[in-house]
Amino acid sequence: MRDGSMIERAPILNAVTHVLMIAGLLIAAFPIYVVFIASTHDLPTVNRVPMPLWPGDHLVQNYATVWNKSDFGAKMINSLIVATGVTIGKITLAALTAFSIVFFRYRARMLVFWAIFITLMLPLEVRIVPTYAVAADVAEPLRWLVWLFGLELGIAPINLLNTYTGLILPLVATATGTFLYRQFFLTIPDTLVEAARMDGAGPLRFFWEHLIPLSRNNMAALATIMFVYAWNQYLWPLLITTDARMATATMQLQKIVPGPLFGQPPVWNEAMAATLLVMVPPLLVVIFMQGAFVRGLVATDK
Amino acid sequence: MDRRASFDNLWLAGALVAPQILLVVVFFYWPTLQALYWAFSTQPPFGGTNQWVGWQNFQQIFTDAVYWNSVRVSIIFATLSTALSISMALLLALMIDRQLAGHKAYRFVYFWPYAIAAPAVGLAFRFIFAPDAGFVSAINQLAPNLWNPALKGWDAMILIVIANSWKMMAYNFIFFLAALQSIPRGLIEAAAMDGSGVLRRARDIQIPLLAPTLFFLLVINITESFVDSFGIVDITTGGGPARATDLMVFKIYSDGFKGLDYSMAAAQSIVLMLLVIGLTFVQFRYVEKRVHYA
Repeated sequence: MRDGSMIERAPILNAVTHVLMIAGLLIAAFPIYVVFIASTHDLPTVNRVPMPLWPGDHLVQNYATVWNKSDFGAKMINSLIVATGVTIGKITLAALTAFSIVFFRYRARMLVFWAIFITLMLPLEVRIVPTYAVAADVAEPLRWLVWLFGLELGIAPINLLNTYTGLILPLVATATGTFLYRQFFLTIPDTLVEAARMDGAGPLRFFWEHLIPLSRNNMAALATIMFVYAWNQYLWPLLITTDARMATATMQLQKIVPGPLFGQPPVWNEAMAATLLVMVPPLLVVIFMQGAFVRGLVATDK
Repeated sequence: MDRRASFDNLWLAGALVAPQILLVVVFFYWPTLQALYWAFSTQPPFGGTNQWVGWQNFQQIFTDAVYWNSVRVSIIFATLSTALSISMALLLALMIDRQLAGHKAYRFVYFWPYAIAAPAVGLAFRFIFAPDAGFVSAINQLAPNLWNPALKGWDAMILIVIANSWKMMAYNFIFFLAALQSIPRGLIEAAAMDGSGVLRRARDIQIPLLAPTLFFLLVINITESFVDSFGIVDITTGGGPARATDLMVFKIYSDGFKGLDYSMAAAQSIVLMLLVIGLTFVQFRYVEKRVHYA
């Protein structure tokens, strides 16, 4: 029983609460609504100040223009491939790593855990230039490793620029995901492990037949936040794709508007149509997976 | 984290962690080491191997007014957007937690902004706040250029602060609401029976119990504002006008990829990295405290 159902008379306060909640609704929804409305008008209408707040009749035309002009469909598919790849990669790696450090006993496992956990302090934004250099030639660290052992091998450069691998792989390591899975695996009772071993299950069968089904909630929570994270990536795809065919929808927004604030104004109706297209997929994930999304967010960021 | 029952196939254990360890080494530790090396060396103008220069790159950035400008605007940006997004989120969470009619519908929509990509947020707000279109420019009918983020530094700063706060507000709201809902109901009911009203309970019970969450969110918001601001800045102001929104991350990007000065970009990266490490330590210390608390 919370305030709402408590018998308590506070009419003024309740009125204020409703007003604030409606104000919050306007603040949260108004920008999204404006993007939608602006994407349904022709250019002169959209440039009127203030812009009308009811939909116009150019919706189909604007979206068709954006879709064709910058080959947006292909970019949406690229985004989908990258977001799905990153999500699956993160879940897989997180589950495997956590399985190893929780269910096996070896000295280095705390080292492994910390080596992954510390990457939280090294976000992409602070190592962009050298990470770009690595993506341009992934064999470089390997060459150094070989050189440390006194050898000199001609290892051919491996270039990840303009590839799906390059868009996905550097984003796949996950400290938060590994941490979440570790916390979950720690709650699995020892008796379950013992029972499985008694049935003659080896580690991989135990992982596949017991842990994976048990961690379904965990997986859903992680998948929603990681999909949203990956779809919304901007800086990394911007750096490593020079080929327009590899561009993702999110980074494509930069190409649709002319330079920031200066120069000629953007073609706002088309820009807003593109913005809405980029907004929709992660928004749908949050709308339909609200519970999992909130759980994932609150559980991983602690 | 010791359990009694465990497996002992160590080759398998190693094989299971190998993929992620490999990725972490190649894409995190290697670039970090490289950034460190670049920060302490310079590249000769006509190519060749880097030359060790010690602290020279750091001396150069710390005596550079343009660099200090980026530090200054980053601090302003972080302070304003953290204050704005946290206070809005706290207010909304307290309102929703009263569970009046319709609160579920409102709550549902309050989550949305966090799902939206930073550049999309940036573009939406750039339109709403455009000097010659959208809505805010209506005030320019009172006096020309009363509002113009393309020309006025503070207008541009306000624009990116509002865009960033809008997105972070949703994130903070989710955490505040989760924390409020974990406060034992009996506590609130007991206080109500003792005659304390809604405001009194918010002030004396709910907000004090939210302190750990508030502290956690403060650290996260400051870190995010310093590190994760590129998308919004790049698409709205591009660091301008006259470097008024030239945040640290944006400057690293433009020095590194536009100016191609890897050493300067690396030195700035190291400074930002130390800042993130410092903030993360503060956060970990708090997390430990919170474990005892709960």
